[in-house]
Amino acid sequence: MRIEAKNISFRYGAKSPWILQDVSLSIEEGERVGLVGPSGYGKSTLIRIMAGYLRPQKGEILLDGKPLPRKGISPVQLIYQHPEKAINPRWKMKKVLQESGMYRDEVMEALGIEKDWLERYPRELSGGELQRFCVARSLFHGTHFLFADEMSTMLDVITQAQIWNLMLKEVEERRLGLLMVTHNKELAKKICDREIRLEEINSKDL
Amino acid sequence: MSHMAAKDRTLRVGKGSCFLNRRTKIIVLAVLMFAVLVGIYLAGALSSNDLIAADFSQKGLKPSWEHPFGTDMLGRDMLVRTIKGLSVSIVVGTVASCVSAVIALIVGVVAATGASWLDHFINWVIDLVMGIPHTVLLILISFACGKGLKGVLIGVAVTHWTGLARIIRSEVLQIRSQQYIEVSRKLGHSSWWITVHHILPHMVPQFIIGLILMFPHAIMHESSLTFLGFGLPPEQPAIGIILSESMKYLSTGMWWLAFFPGLMLVIIVLLFDRLGENLKKIIDPYSAHE
Repeated sequence: MRIEAKNISFRYGAKSPWILQDVSLSIEEGERVGLVGPSGYGKSTLIRIMAGYLRPQKGEILLDGKPLPRKGISPVQLIYQHPEKAINPRWKMKKVLQESGMYRDEVMEALGIEKDWLERYPRELSGGELQRFCVARSLFHGTHFLFADEMSTMLDVITQAQIWNLMLKEVEERRLGLLMVTHNKELAKKICDREIRLEEINSKDL
Repeated sequence: MSHMAAKDRTLRVGKGSCFLNRRTKIIVLAVLMFAVLVGIYLAGALSSNDLIAADFSQKGLKPSWEHPFGTDMLGRDMLVRTIKGLSVSIVVGTVASCVSAVIALIVGVVAATGASWLDHFINWVIDLVMGIPHTVLLILISFACGKGLKGVLIGVAVTHWTGLARIIRSEVLQIRSQQYIEVSRKLGHSSWWITVHHILPHMVPQFIIGLILMFPHAIMHESSLTFLGFGLPPEQPAIGIILSESMKYLSTGMWWLAFFPGLMLVIIVLLFDRLGENLKKIIDPYSAHE
């Protein structure tokens, strides 16, 4: 499988300035790509467009030559920077996993999720522990691409390493395509086969 | 200065919480209020009608130990009549505000999740209902539905949902913009599933508080409708009836006919109001800091 962004242009309002203009890139399944660039250049916007959360004003996102499905289970899953915002605060963690049908022993084992976390509420877990749940619920069978929007930025170094080790293991085993946004150049070098600099592919006048 | 104020407050809080902390105190208070309301309802519903049989040997008596609220021109005990009237008011208030709150919940959620024309339409209806003076609308609806208990219930139920519907609409809009809703959609869940599993549980505090704070309005409107003669029939011992009857005798100096029932009505309304405010502090602690 292959996901392609074709000539994407985007701005948040009809009168606000363009953030992305004529951006194109493509990722193969099994590839690990890093998207880097300075703050405010539209990395998160681009990754949200590619995951189907935002619709671009111009251009299209193609999955094997076909547009992304608008409804139903998405083969492209996005993992956010703040796990505490991406989990319903009134749900127990077990329900979070059940929501995507990922309440399975092998997934929890692979991501180091402990049994007694399941009966807790999100505020009773740390950021790193919550982020594991976010990863776990994105790893169902239909997932072909995982997009990570600075998913480890707010974690300490040890937890970052743990999460990425678990992520990489899963990505390799399932041959998922990975697109990660990060400011950490060393992390990108360590994880990715290829790096994309947003300022190089964005033809917006800066 | 602020330092001193803070110190002063800690002292005061420290003193107040010798036996109970604030939360327990509020819960005890709420339970007490609830017990009083249920007690009045039961007392009114269970006491026999013989207690308010006409007795012309006792007519127009001033408040005394035997008849704490006095008696009316037919010699009926005003205390029993007041309690019976309040009991009817409590039933009307409960039923009407439950119906109203459910309408508010449905309308609010539909407005926030439905198509944009539907949202506009619902907002227009809310503006319309809010724009007409409440009492006029209530009289019209009650009259059109044939007055009596039915007319009052329908009238109060279909006019009190607007404020709560607005609150619920804005809450739902806020929840719907959260990341976990977006994620849920990408996990393939339908709008209906998201509404039931994600959004409705978040609406529980607003719903319960809105419901209880609606009681006082409903009771007041029930009594005013009845007072004006568009509500409950004259043979029913309702507070509105008692008050409108007493108007005829006020000029003859029989002040107790209006004073005690009126006072009791105000007390009941305030009790409901305080109950709602106290529950709000427990269910939604952030509001206590406002």
